Order: sequence, then structure tokens, then C-alpha cells
Amino acid sequence: MKHRYLPMTEQDRKEMLETIGINSTEELFADIPESVRFKGELNVEKQLFEPELIKYMSSLANKNDNMLENVSFLGAGVYDHAIPSVVDHVIRRSEFYTAYTPYQPEISQGELQAIFEFQTMICELTGMEVANSSMYDGPTALAEAGLLSAGQTRKNKILVSKAVHPESRAVIQTYAKGQHLEVVEIDAEGGKTNLEALEQAMDEETACVMVQYPNFFGQIEDLDKVEKIAHSQKSMFVVSANPLSLGLLTPPGQFGADIVVGDAQPFGIPAQFGGPHCGYFAVTKKLMRKVPGRLVGQTTDEEGRRGFVLTLQAREQHIRRDKATSNICSNQALNALASSVAMSALGKTGVKVMAKQNLTKAHYASNEFKKAGLELVYEGPFFNEFVVRLAKPVKEVNQNLISKGIIGGYNLGRNYPELENCMLIAVTEQRTKAEIDTLVAELGGAQ
Amino acid sequence: MNKQDQPLIFEMSTPGRIGFSLPELDVPEMETEELIPEQFIRKEEPDLPEVSELQLMRHYTALSKRNHGVDSGFYPLGSCTMKYNPKINEDVARYPGFAFIHPLQEEDQVQGAMEMMYNLQENLAYITGMDEVTLQPAAGAHGEWTGLMMIRAFHEANGDFNRTKVIVPDSAHGTNPASATVAGFESVTVKSHEDGLVDLEDLKRVVDENTAALMLTNPNTLGLFEEHIVEMAKIVHEAGGKLYYDGANMNAIMGFARPGDMGFDVVHLNLHKTFTGPHGGGGPGSGPVGVKADLIPYLPKPVLVKKDDKFHFDYDRPQSIGRVKPFYGNFGINVRAYTYIRTMGPEGLKQVSENAVLNANYMMRRLQDAFVLPYQQHCKHEFVISGKKQKKLGVRTLDMAKRILDFGYHPPTIYFPLNVEECMMIEPTETESKETLDEFCDVLIQIAKEAEENPEIVQEAPHTTVVSRLDETTAARKPILRYQKEQ
Repeated sequence: MKHRYLPMTEQDRKEMLETIGINSTEELFADIPESVRFKGELNVEKQLFEPELIKYMSSLANKNDNMLENVSFLGAGVYDHAIPSVVDHVIRRSEFYTAYTPYQPEISQGELQAIFEFQTMICELTGMEVANSSMYDGPTALAEAGLLSAGQTRKNKILVSKAVHPESRAVIQTYAKGQHLEVVEIDAEGGKTNLEALEQAMDEETACVMVQYPNFFGQIEDLDKVEKIAHSQKSMFVVSANPLSLGLLTPPGQFGADIVVGDAQPFGIPAQFGGPHCGYFAVTKKLMRKVPGRLVGQTTDEEGRRGFVLTLQAREQHIRRDKATSNICSNQALNALASSVAMSALGKTGVKVMAKQNLTKAHYASNEFKKAGLELVYEGPFFNEFVVRLAKPVKEVNQNLISKGIIGGYNLGRNYPELENCMLIAVTEQRTKAEIDTLVAELGGAQ
Repeated sequence: MNKQDQPLIFEMSTPGRIGFSLPELDVPEMETEELIPEQFIRKEEPDLPEVSELQLMRHYTALSKRNHGVDSGFYPLGSCTMKYNPKINEDVARYPGFAFIHPLQEEDQVQGAMEMMYNLQENLAYITGMDEVTLQPAAGAHGEWTGLMMIRAFHEANGDFNRTKVIVPDSAHGTNPASATVAGFESVTVKSHEDGLVDLEDLKRVVDENTAALMLTNPNTLGLFEEHIVEMAKIVHEAGGKLYYDGANMNAIMGFARPGDMGFDVVHLNLHKTFTGPHGGGGPGSGPVGVKADLIPYLPKPVLVKKDDKFHFDYDRPQSIGRVKPFYGNFGINVRAYTYIRTMGPEGLKQVSENAVLNANYMMRRLQDAFVLPYQQHCKHEFVISGKKQKKLGVRTLDMAKRILDFGYHPPTIYFPLNVEECMMIEPTETESKETLDEFCDVLIQIAKEAEENPEIVQEAPHTTVVSRLDETTAARKPILRYQKEQ
């Protein structure tokens, strides 16, 4: 068959076989034992030519209700934020997206410098000293923070707040099992980590305390108090933070966090059904040599010019093999680039303006819900998400909303039985007053 | 090439400049102080750059010009399968119905996305000969760990708690032993025989009642097919262990052999390699895992199921290892891989492997005289040559790799696998034309000649890149990992 991705012609084949000294390519596969040779045709779907494929893939995509044509109030860890047009123009440059890990620094200075800039931006936002080049996503970054904490403290218990994203906690459980670590979930009360329960759970075996900021319910955790408790037993203080909120909120680094992780999805990365997003991982200088994943460092070349290289590689799997700090190899470099571009476009001013719009619109919405007679489940300060109690099951309400072009909030009853009929609503800068008013009218009417 | 330093974006920053456009607030203003307690209000702004949109675009365009990708030129990085990244994949992944859907939308709003995932799973199961596939793992190493966790769960469910060891060949990718450690196993190395294949006698020696699994890449990292695979599978299975297939080298055997038929119980694939991901400068990848029937209960949850022509995520999986990743994997990469599979079809995928193997063997024979060829047999999709002849002349493989840069190519993988001295591992892939292979071979032969006649030009390479060799020692000794404004 002829195919546009396969340049080999019959003439090429003939000349190549001649050079190798064989008559047919079959001879090149003769070392595959007959008993395991696959005979016949693979039972995969048939080939589509480009115009057919475009039609078919469009038809699959069009079966989904997307967030451009519908109005989304769904957050819970993945948000609908404005993505500057420049982002896609940069990451579509094929010098970036068709390259691999920058193993040869002389021809990878672009990627290396972009990552160095990303590391700097994450440090700035989180108030930490060192950030790596990215992780798969926020939840796996949090799980890796647990492993780092256990290794560093030589203790085996992870305390994680139930106000941390349920999927993050699920991922932590799986990672912890591999390492024979114990995970203890700390109850939430009034939408925040129950500090008394946390204090009681603390003991000499506590490797770390994990909280989310703002937490899964949108509430702002008292990081100052959590820090004191965490450090009372020389445990690591680990914070998972929404980086956009840090345009407005005091960074976890200033509260004495040892490890700050999260997902950079709010900056320039579309939801795309949950991935790929972009985990980040930031630490104090003390933990620099324990960080998982790639790190880019600045150095000079033989002529004294500034340049960038992958560094501190003695931590990594390709050098240290079974003694590596993590098994991570591929990361989310292209999405880190997307986030860097979005953070650069927003800049010092924009990140604050955008964060402030989220804060203000979410509070406008929550006030309107109150006025409409709906119960706000939690009263503490929040960023861009809050919880409303409905009279009907959330699933049913959402089914009605989508018929009006609205993607409703998250059904908290899925993970918290006590929050049956409670909806987690995210209001980003993308939502207009009119859209918010419509949602309030719809949910108010569902009373 | 422009050898001028490209300033950091922070160094281009000018107070007051903006690169964003957000509508005016259309709800009443509120004071932050009224909404958030004082101590949680940020006092010092993060020092992000302040640039205009054109400045930003020029900056990143300049950076892109200082980067080499597959579209820039040949990229024969062994074991990484740097093949062409089709442009239609990039378009399809950006369709609003794929890019702008939320993972927590109600299932009836995202049936098209779930259908795509289901079809991809089915296709990957056929290609690998496995019974069921999960798309949840984010990358190859993540898939390895997922697979090993499932193997552990399997043994434990059988009351078998002493299977603490994972056997890994000395030629294996570094992620294999690292993943074994993260999954709570001890890794044990099995030696290679002098023919480059796993030493069967050594395998018999290390396999015992504590063996949880053998991890194997086939073809291995030398590009050689482990032809004793049936016997190896028997040795491991008879001892009660499982066989794990590292799918990094799947590009060699599609349509010719399937891991499932060779006796493997678990397989991971790197969709960013064989299935045109792309590589993205280091990621994102996607690392689906396929399993045989007896391991299905342990798959990460949720499991995608089809019932009455509707798709559904099944969370009721009591024996599942749990979640390995939030949501359903790197969906955007999976869309690209599925688009690719549909572009090729069954016949096309087989031809991919056939051409990849032919290209590699052709290059190997063209280079065998100028360098040392440690293994004489036919290779699969990649091969290794050794630069030990050149080393005697004072020219190391590292030097030759740097010299290759001067000709506009990315060098092969070097110093890996660890069991070949001064190793160069070359993987051309099927998407390269014979002309490109010839030009590259000519360059390598010329460099081998330079090593004899004019070694300095190789030892001092590269000569044409934007920077010369970088001081990695100082970078590691006195790490500078972020930009700091000069005081």
C-alpha cells in the first residue's frame, strides 16, 4: 500500500534489500519463533482517508456537549478559564512539540530556557525556592510529595484532609500502597480541615500533612494553623494550591510550606476531558536534591555564554535506576510551555486581575443564591467555588440545565454522603452577570 | 545560527506593559479585604513578566528557533521512536468537542469522547493481543508502575505475599527498575548473554518462588528480538511469576507478533512513541496498559464499559488497585493516537513496522565497517554500534554525537544500553526516506574518518550551534534553578 507517512518506494526497497544482502524483509523477522508469529490481518478498525477521517472524528466530537457552546459552572479541579490566543500559536510551533526531552542541550536551548522560565514563574507564584519542570498532573504531584516526605522524614504515615480533592486522595492511596505507607484521612468540618482531628492524628510516625488551598469545597484553609500542627512533629507541610488563586492569596511558601504542588491547568490548558494537564512541584532549597522529575539549571558554555542544561540528574531513573527518587521520565513539558505563555501574557498585573475577577464574580453569584433563598453550605472565606444545597438530586438538576445550555456544578453527593443534593459551583472570569443570573433563576426555581 | 544570547522573558519585562485582554468586570466591584481575611491576602505581587503580545510571540519564536524537533530534521534517538507527528492529529485534538469538555460532566453529555476511548482500547487490545486495556496511565513509566501494582494485587489476592522481586535485564530502560521500586518491589538484574539476548541460564538462576514478575522489552534495547521468549515465559510462569512487556519498542513488531501471544500478561504502550503522540519536548505522553483476563479485576478504576450501546464508567470494582491518575488518562494524547490508528488501518500498521525494521537494518549494514557492530544478526527497528575503535584515537562517542549536531541532525541515544561500550543506539523509524538515511550514514562515516585524520574537529564539536558544550558540572555543583532579579 502507498501511504503519505511512508516514503519507501519499490526502488528504495530493492536497493536496501541488496545492501543488507537479503531477498525479502521476511528474513528480517525470521528470529520471531513460528509459534508466536502473528498470522493474518490485525483486527483493528479499517483505514480512513484524510477527508473521511475528519468527518468521522468531527462526528465523535460533536456528540459531546462542549464548554464553548454551553455555559459551564463546573470546576472541581478543572476550570474554564480564558486562554490567550498566543498560547496555541506557540505550542503549535513544531520545533517545540516534535522535540523530545532536551538530552542534547546545544540544540535544545529553546525548550530548556522555556522550562527554566516556567520553574521561575512557579517559584514566584508559590513563594518557594525550587520548582521542577512539571509532573503528570496535580494529584500525582501530590502523591509524589507524600513519597518524598516519607523518604525525607523516614516516617510512614500520610495525613490528608478530606477537603482535598477526592480523586487526589484516591491517587495518594494507590501510590502509598506501593510504598507500604499508611494514609489517614482527616475529617472536614464546616468545609475546612478539622484542626482538632488533625492534631489528634499527629504522632511521631507522621511523615506529612496535606491540605488543599483553596480546598475542594473552594474554602481557604487556615494554613498558618495547619503549619504549626504539621511542624510540631517535624512532619512535612504539603500544600496543593490552585496557582491562579495565588495571584491574590498569600503564597503557601510564606506560611512555611515544605512542598507546594498543584496543577497549572488554569493557565492556558483546555479541560480536554481531564488530561493532559500540568502538575507542578515546588520545594524549599533543603529538598532540592530530593525532587522527582527533570530540573533545568543555568550554566555557561566554553565561550562563557549563558546556557541551560538538565541538571541534578543523579536523582533520576536513567542514572540511578532502582535508587531513583521517582520513576517519572516523560512529564508534561508542552503543557508547562502553554502555562508559561499564559502566565507571561497575563503577567504581574493580569494574574491579579483575573484572580480578582474570579473572586468577585463567585461572591456575586453566592450572594445572589442567598437572595434567592438557597442555602450556602459553608460560611468561610472562599476563592472561586462554593457549595449550594438544592432541593433535588444534583444529577436531575444538571440534566435539566444542559437542555438550557448550562453545564451545572459538581455533584458532591458522589463522594460525601452528608452532602447529598449539594452542588459545588465554580464561577470563573469567563462567566457573565447574565449567565450567573440565569443559573440562579434556574436553581432558585428548582427549590 | 544566531549565537546571540536570547534574554529571559523576565529580562524583557517593562512595568506597565500587558499581554492580556479580559472584559471589564460586569458585576459590582467588591473589596478583597471584605471577602478574605487580611493574612490570606497576598502583599507582594508575583514577579511575572510584563510584555506585549508581540514581544511575547517573538520571544517564544526565538526560543523555538533554538530547538530541534522532528520537523526540523532527522532525529534518530534510539528507543524514543521519533517518527513524524501527523498534523491532522493536532487539528482533531483541538476540536471543541474534544478539547473543551470537562471530565466531570454527566456521562450522557460526553458519549462521543467515551466512544473514542472505547474504540482506542479495543484497537490497542487487538494490536497487543491482550484482553482488556486501561487508558489511565499518563506515560510509559506510569504504565509500568500501574502494571506492577496490578501484578502485586494479583499475587496478594492469591495469598501470595512473598513475591517481592521483579527481574529486569541489564539492558532494560532505567524506568523499569525505578518503577519496580515505586511499586514496592526489589529489582533483580538478569544478565545478557554475549549474543545480546537474555541469558537463559542466568534467568533460571534468578527466578524463584519470590519472583513477582519479569519485565522485558522485546525487541530489547539492542534492537534484538528475544527469540527464546517462549522458553522464558515458561520459566517465569512455572515459578508462578508474571510477564511484563515494556512496549517502548512496539514499533518493531506491529502485525508480526503480539506480546499477548508471546506469553506476556501485562503490556504498556507509549502512545507518544509508536502511535505518534507527539513527544512535546518531554511530554505529555500516554501509557495505556493491557492485561490478560486473570488481571482484569485489578485494573485501575473507573473501567470504561459499553452497555446497550451506551458508554459508562464503572466504579464498582472491589479488587481494583484504585486510581493511578485523576479522571481518565491523557485524553488529548489518546485522541491523537486513535486518529493515527485510523489513518493507518491494519495493513498500514504492519507496513509501519516492516519499513521501520528495513530502514534500521539498512543503516546498520551501511555503518558496520566504519564502526564496531557488537551484534551481527539482523536487528529490528533499532540497532547499536560502538565507538570503541574511535575511542582508541581519543575520540569519544560523546564527541561524535556533538559533531553530528554540526550537520543539522539530532544524535542517536548515547551510552545506552549500559552493556555496550561507547554505545550509539540508532532508531530511524519508518517515516524517514532513504535519502535521509543515506545522508545521515554519509555524515557518520565522514565523522569516523575525521576521528582518524582530524580528531580535533570532532573533539571540539559542536561548531555551529547557538552555544558550545555546556558546563554541566558547575550546573550540578552550584545549581541555579530559577531567575533572580539582580539587586
